[in-house]
Amino acid sequence: MVTTPETPVPASPTYPIERRCPFEPPADLARLRDTGPVPARLPSGQDAWLVARHADVRAVLGDGRRFSSDRGHPAFPRPFAEAPTQPIRPLSMIGMDGAEHTAARRLVVGEFTVRRAEAMRPRIQQIVDERIDAMLAAGGPVDLVEMLSLPVPSLVICELLGVPYADHDFFQRRSGMLLRRDVGGAARSTAMDELMSYLDGMIAAWEQDPGDDLIGRQIVRRREAGRYERDELVSLAALLLIAGHETTANMISLGILALLEHPDEAVALRADPSRTPLAVEEMLRYFTIVDSVTSRVTTEAVEIGERRIGPGEGVVALGLSANHDPASFEHPDELDLDRGARHHVAFGFGPHQCLGQNLARVELAVVFDTVLRRIPGLRLAGAVDELPYKDDASIYGIYRMPVEWAEPGCE
Amino acid sequence: MRVTADRNCCIGAGQCVLTDPVVFDQDADGVVLVRVERPTGEAADRVGEAVGLCPSGALRIEHD
Repeated sequence: MVTTPETPVPASPTYPIERRCPFEPPADLARLRDTGPVPARLPSGQDAWLVARHADVRAVLGDGRRFSSDRGHPAFPRPFAEAPTQPIRPLSMIGMDGAEHTAARRLVVGEFTVRRAEAMRPRIQQIVDERIDAMLAAGGPVDLVEMLSLPVPSLVICELLGVPYADHDFFQRRSGMLLRRDVGGAARSTAMDELMSYLDGMIAAWEQDPGDDLIGRQIVRRREAGRYERDELVSLAALLLIAGHETTANMISLGILALLEHPDEAVALRADPSRTPLAVEEMLRYFTIVDSVTSRVTTEAVEIGERRIGPGEGVVALGLSANHDPASFEHPDELDLDRGARHHVAFGFGPHQCLGQNLARVELAVVFDTVLRRIPGLRLAGAVDELPYKDDASIYGIYRMPVEWAEPGCE
Repeated sequence: MRVTADRNCCIGAGQCVLTDPVVFDQDADGVVLVRVERPTGEAADRVGEAVGLCPSGALRIEHD
């Protein structure tokens, strides 16, 4: 590690920094923002710089030239204690840099434009209504995660890709396994292998007769461009399937929990759904569930936040800390659904910013509006501080969330 | 003011379209299109916000 002599390096924090409660960011993050980047020892045994300020996080993620996404680099930060049994090839474009990355993203980003996400809204509404019908028919208490949070994004991504939802148990289990910090490297490797061979078999069969879904359209498009490689498409499908399952589902649970814990905000939002898009942005900022997936490795010596970082060093951009930085957000630890701040980094920043962000926004808005409208008497069937939060996963969320509701008229 | 977009550097995040869907659009491949080159009034303010939100730095404002 290279540092300038006039900036003493503070004591190494432990990393990952666990959150105990979704409504209280860890105090350690505020201390990290006081100092600029600090070195930390990762569970993998690597050393990497933790970047905590909003401006610094944007500077790191916004500069794809000096901060590489090459996950094959030995210094690229790995948040797991145990390495996988064989090197995991980075999924699709997330490990690429520069022109190669731009070209790979260009092949598929047209599927995720604002207009395409909006066009899916009626079908998303139908999916949400069907899940809520099933929930109301079952009667409380039910697990919101199992009945709503997970099936909604799962159905949406399956229909978009063309993957049969009937196999949801199979890939939900495997995508969940890939993100757990408390399982060994072998278990994660096995989960990835099983997911990849499942998708490989499916895509091989579709090559004969590509359907009108994202994977079918990609087969056609890549063949027309003279660059169809099944491996690349399997990798892309795995990335979209995992990302589509493990992010939106957690935001649905946490967002509904926030509405239950802030009843005045919920009442105001129910009265005026035109405010929902901004409420969604605030929930994304406030919870920042994808907190440290945004790691990079330097390609040359750089200066970030008064700290000189040498070439070939690992950097972890802490999104949760950035999104609670008082230099960029007033009273950042308060949930203010009218805040209207869209410069958060919940979807990352720079060339790799979340591909599915506009689809996620529509899904979250439809879920929050529909739950507020159709189940006004929704409440937690248990204590908020006893919920099983995902402290052991690289994407934050809730494993199970028991809810019940007052029947209409009993309010 | 005049707003320009570098279509080579755009990554199709769509932040600009969310900020002002009249000034900005995306083509079928997700790449930014500027529909109103010289926005005025509130649209001009929103364009300023879109420049700050753009993750790839593809948007530029030139003041006449």
